[in-house]
Amino acid sequence: MHTMVQAGTMADARSSRGAWLRDVAGFAAIVAAGVAGYWLFPDNLALLTRIVAVALLVLSIDLVVGYCGVATLGHAALFGAGAYAAGIACVNGVTEPMTLIAIGAGAGALAGLIMGAIMLRGHGLAQLVLSIAIVQLFHEAANKASSITGGSDGLAGLMVSPLFGLFEFDLWGKTAYIMGVVLLLLVFAALKFIVSSPFGMLCRGIKQDPLRIRAMGAFVFPVLLKMFVISGAVAGMGGALAAISTQVIGLDSLSFELSANALVMLVLGGLGTLYGALIGTVIFMGFEHVVSAANPFHWMTMVGALLIAVVLAAPGGLSSLAERFLGSRGGKA
Amino acid sequence: MQTIFSIALDALAFGMVLFIICIGLSLTMGLMRVVNLAHGAFAMIAGYIASYAARDLGLGYGAAIVLAIIGTVVISIPLERFLYRRIYGSPELTQVLMTIGITFCVIGITNYFFGPTLKTIPLPEALSRPVDIGFRTIAAHRLFVIACGAIVALGLWYLIERTSFGIKLRATVDNAAMSDALGVRTQAVYAVSFAIAIGLAAFGGVVGAEFLPVEPYYALRYMVMFLVVVSVGGAGSILGAVIACLGLGLVDTTGRYLMPDFGNFFFYAAVILIVCLFPRGFFGRAQ
Repeated sequence: MHTMVQAGTMADARSSRGAWLRDVAGFAAIVAAGVAGYWLFPDNLALLTRIVAVALLVLSIDLVVGYCGVATLGHAALFGAGAYAAGIACVNGVTEPMTLIAIGAGAGALAGLIMGAIMLRGHGLAQLVLSIAIVQLFHEAANKASSITGGSDGLAGLMVSPLFGLFEFDLWGKTAYIMGVVLLLLVFAALKFIVSSPFGMLCRGIKQDPLRIRAMGAFVFPVLLKMFVISGAVAGMGGALAAISTQVIGLDSLSFELSANALVMLVLGGLGTLYGALIGTVIFMGFEHVVSAANPFHWMTMVGALLIAVVLAAPGGLSSLAERFLGSRGGKA
Repeated sequence: MQTIFSIALDALAFGMVLFIICIGLSLTMGLMRVVNLAHGAFAMIAGYIASYAARDLGLGYGAAIVLAIIGTVVISIPLERFLYRRIYGSPELTQVLMTIGITFCVIGITNYFFGPTLKTIPLPEALSRPVDIGFRTIAAHRLFVIACGAIVALGLWYLIERTSFGIKLRATVDNAAMSDALGVRTQAVYAVSFAIAIGLAAFGGVVGAEFLPVEPYYALRYMVMFLVVVSVGGAGSILGAVIACLGLGLVDTTGRYLMPDFGNFFFYAAVILIVCLFPRGFFGRAQ
């Protein structure tokens, strides 16, 4: 897989025109999917907005797991930090939606700084356990501070003022959905830029061989910490978006289950590619909506089997399968 | 005084239950280097089998325990052969994903067969009544669990430190290729130690059903706790697991008695502190 990544980046560098075209095609695909969702499922816009918010969380996990190789099972801590920060600000009178998103991003980045500073002290198993402990600690803290966060009842009563003073957040969630898709596009463009920058390359290098990067004279810890902060900002925006669209924040946005599910979505779609994060989220949440409505235990069996199959048969996730398929087609043509 | 005594006794029994279940996980993680998040799932399977045997088949408690252990190990053998054997030596993330997948499957399938209700394992007459130990009376079940934990700890210590199988196991752990060359059948050693680990999980799941009730999300609910205990104690160390289980059992039980409002806040704060200070746990093996 490493050689594949290297070959991929070299090919990118050689034909930056092709990569540019691919990016444009990718953006067009996201916009098309967003528009299609709007027209095809006008009654389910709340679900679609939830998917967009979780997609931001999955993207942020991809930054840490896929690009830096730091395994985490506690990323919902950053998502929840953004959601609660935006929610508390909203209840206390800051109701402008873009400001709330910015507050969410700031809180997520701060939580990312704390989480990174703690997690990067450990390696392997210790790191995983630290990530779980952090998300549980955040969960308990939010549960305890019920005067601010509403505790286990959740934080309700978020009254968000119209977007730019023009577009009301209506019952159907049209405004929230469009805002979410535009936000996702902007974030996606920024992340595309970040991961292909020298900084992004350094992160990939650290993932492949931290010792060698250190020998080359780079400092590993600050680079990873920076990625954690960026990742936190993205996850925090996702949390704030979820808070604005549902107007309620529950403790489940800070849970181990959400962290684990988001990681599963990422792996399903494919680690280390931003498209994989989006594909995995849409497929996972779409199926979850359909199957778990019928029987939640069938859903668990299915996810479990799928996860085992992906680990055994397609370690690069669904996006790598698609790429292999398209690649072989392209080779023939 | 009475409160202190009952807290201590409950903590000791709870810690022993944790120990019986977690020592198997500690073995797989420390000796075989597999992060097996599905460990609790095997304890859950055992709980369901025991409940079925005791309530629907009308077998005794002892027979139910034996049947549950054998059944769980039999279920685990094909899993080891076809799934786990492929992830020995893989990166942690791969192992975590595979074992989470197995956990989800186990939860889904178990509930398909047994239904989503809480299962109980009825205790025999001898264990459900209180016992007089001179200056006080205590529940016999607590004593039984504590005795089981002590037997498991001593038995494992003897197996690993004093028998020829233990020598082969330690040799395989230190250098698999070299022991293979010296004639140790490493695949067989892995398979047997995996079966022992699963058997212990099954045993712990059944005798600990009073503390960790057998319910649909058992495997997920206690997954974090088992993982935390092992990483605090140090993977692969029996002494470390004993200390971690008794210590965390004490923290948890005391918290429940004295500060029920505070949930697990201090528990996880303590875990973060310990893992930061001792990244390999109290008695972890050097990598």
